[in-house]
Amino acid sequence: MYVTPSRKMRKTVEALVKVILVLSSTVAILTTVGIVASLLFESMRFFSAVPVTDFLFGLKWSPQTAIRPDQVGSSGAFGAVPLFAGTMLISAIAMFVATPIGLFAAVFLAEYASPRARSLIKPALEILAGIPTVVYGFFAALMVAPWLRGAGESAGFEVSSESALAAGLVMGVMIIPLISSLSDDVITAVPGTLREGSLGLGATKSETIRQVILPAALPGIMGGLLLAASRAIGETMIVVMAAGLSANLTANPFQAVTTVTVQIVTLLTGDQEFDSPKTLAAFALGLMLFVTTLMLNVIALAIVKKFREQYE
Amino acid sequence: MSNADLIKSGLSRRYRAERRFRFYGIVAVTVALSFLVLLLLAVVGNGAGALRQAQIKLPIVFEAGKVADANWQGLVKDSLRAAFPDVKNRRDKKKLYGLASSGAGHDLGLMMKENPSLVGTTVSLWLPASDDVDMLLKGLIDRTVDEGSRRVSDKELVWVDALLADGAVELQFNTRFFTSGDSREPELAGILGAAVGSALSLLVCLALSFPLGVMAAVYLEEFAPKNRWSDMIEVNINNLAAVPSIVFGLLGLAVFLNVFGMPRSAPLVGGMVLALMTLPTIIIAARAALKSVPPSIRQAAMALGASPVQVVTHHVLPLAMPGMMTGTIIGMAQALGETAPLLMIGMVAFIVDIPQGIFDPATALPVQIYLWADAPERAFTERTAAAIFVLLMFLVVMNLTAVILRKKFEQRW
Repeated sequence: MYVTPSRKMRKTVEALVKVILVLSSTVAILTTVGIVASLLFESMRFFSAVPVTDFLFGLKWSPQTAIRPDQVGSSGAFGAVPLFAGTMLISAIAMFVATPIGLFAAVFLAEYASPRARSLIKPALEILAGIPTVVYGFFAALMVAPWLRGAGESAGFEVSSESALAAGLVMGVMIIPLISSLSDDVITAVPGTLREGSLGLGATKSETIRQVILPAALPGIMGGLLLAASRAIGETMIVVMAAGLSANLTANPFQAVTTVTVQIVTLLTGDQEFDSPKTLAAFALGLMLFVTTLMLNVIALAIVKKFREQYE
Repeated sequence: MSNADLIKSGLSRRYRAERRFRFYGIVAVTVALSFLVLLLLAVVGNGAGALRQAQIKLPIVFEAGKVADANWQGLVKDSLRAAFPDVKNRRDKKKLYGLASSGAGHDLGLMMKENPSLVGTTVSLWLPASDDVDMLLKGLIDRTVDEGSRRVSDKELVWVDALLADGAVELQFNTRFFTSGDSREPELAGILGAAVGSALSLLVCLALSFPLGVMAAVYLEEFAPKNRWSDMIEVNINNLAAVPSIVFGLLGLAVFLNVFGMPRSAPLVGGMVLALMTLPTIIIAARAALKSVPPSIRQAAMALGASPVQVVTHHVLPLAMPGMMTGTIIGMAQALGETAPLLMIGMVAFIVDIPQGIFDPATALPVQIYLWADAPERAFTERTAAAIFVLLMFLVVMNLTAVILRKKFEQRW
């Protein structure tokens, strides 16, 4: 064995391998490009049939397509406001449930729990994050919704069997671990010197947490909450199974509402021709969903990054 | 009052606040964990029933004429009529026939095919009972309710009780649930078709996302110059990880199905969509694994004359492999539980046959759960819960494997 002076072969192989590596790293970029292109392209076709303003500001959503061309109401109505409102309502309920529970759990885990308790509770909470959303959907539709309905009946008011509340509650449970683990990371990243300074001045532990640690961790926690909100907005199965299809424009959590993701699923499952405005509308909704969640994520990631730099 | 007194006077209040604050934390953790327990209890409590299924024992006479016509269900009907000879009315007869599942005849057909010498003989056989009988035996139908609002009529109750007294109806282990595909009849429905569909999709997903993810991570971590392009890829990957899964489904529908014309409902397309979805997870985990390999290993290899690619393939990759595998398994577990993108590419069709390859139409386990949860029959509820239990078991096994891998091969440098 000896080293040949000309290492031509080796160089070619190295170059080739590098090209393959570069190509595989561009798959991620291609995916994004593919998503944006396909959503934009199909949405353009939809907006050539339905004006953008009707879609964004219309108050009525009833996407029937005509079986006969002369049918009454064949044009359908594609006002997406009820869907945006429904999505917001359910996500708000979810955040309302998950924020206090998630935050307090994070504070407890980061500041109070013994290392042993922490090593048991943290993975247990993470199990909640690992449960498939279809399981939460089953839980919402077959356990929580009937229970809420019964509770509402005995309290004397009507709860729809597919209420925004049931979907929102269960979705809240789903995002608890997201909020708690992100906040936990942020709280433990607050430098110990701040904590010790406050304790040294005679503050109790809870005073230190409320007046020193949480304000210091606030940007990071906000980032985490934004990420959780984006998860809630994009969540599909829970709302498909528990929230219903009727596009009510209401703020009443006991009524059925529908969301952007539910409508995408209903418009696109089953057999229908691909060119009708009905199916194209799903892509317009998908575009809205993508843009909203992307903005939330970009802002959240920027905030979290800034927070990290502050204390490094 | 001195300062010390001032501080002392507020102390008990402050300690109370301290205890209250701590208590809130405990409450939050307890609430979160009790949701988990509640969820698991609901699944187990509802799903346990599906392990057993009512079977009905009937003496079947393989009469030559009906066998020749392949009128298998007719044989079942003959046997039921013989068991209750005093049922004459047509409507009552129809109800009587309904005690046995409509799939019972199919079973006889299969038996006959295997053993044609049965013609003319009488064999006593356990056959699946209908879902109503099943629910009745499990106590899920309330006998005290008025007949009109009960799924089982008084006459049917009498027949079932008579069969029970003879020991001709009982709950037996539900093998069919694990060995057959979907069905409109709850007593005939099984999860094997969906499980095979999930397995095929995951195979495609793994075959695509693991090599691509590892190569992308190697490039970004070991070779990429720190410039705009690599920054862009990095930001891109982070954002892709947070894109709602349903958007990946839309991508699959628009690009794989409509542009490339791939088959609808096929595990191939399902696996491709899931691969795009899990790619960010795998890349991020693989990069962390590569980062944890100390630079001294690379320098030592380089000093001995290894080329950059040799350094990576001979030294860095093998050392980072356990971490990468762990990340990949966790990514696969995510993919296994994913439903929404599969709905978009048509993997929700009603499919009875068990898929034989990645081009056959198929569903997946979570999709099957979604379909069954929607079905009106009470018997499907327990099957849904049982299917969830099976899905959760797969996830537990995958995650445990990941944890064990990490524990076993974890290295501190």
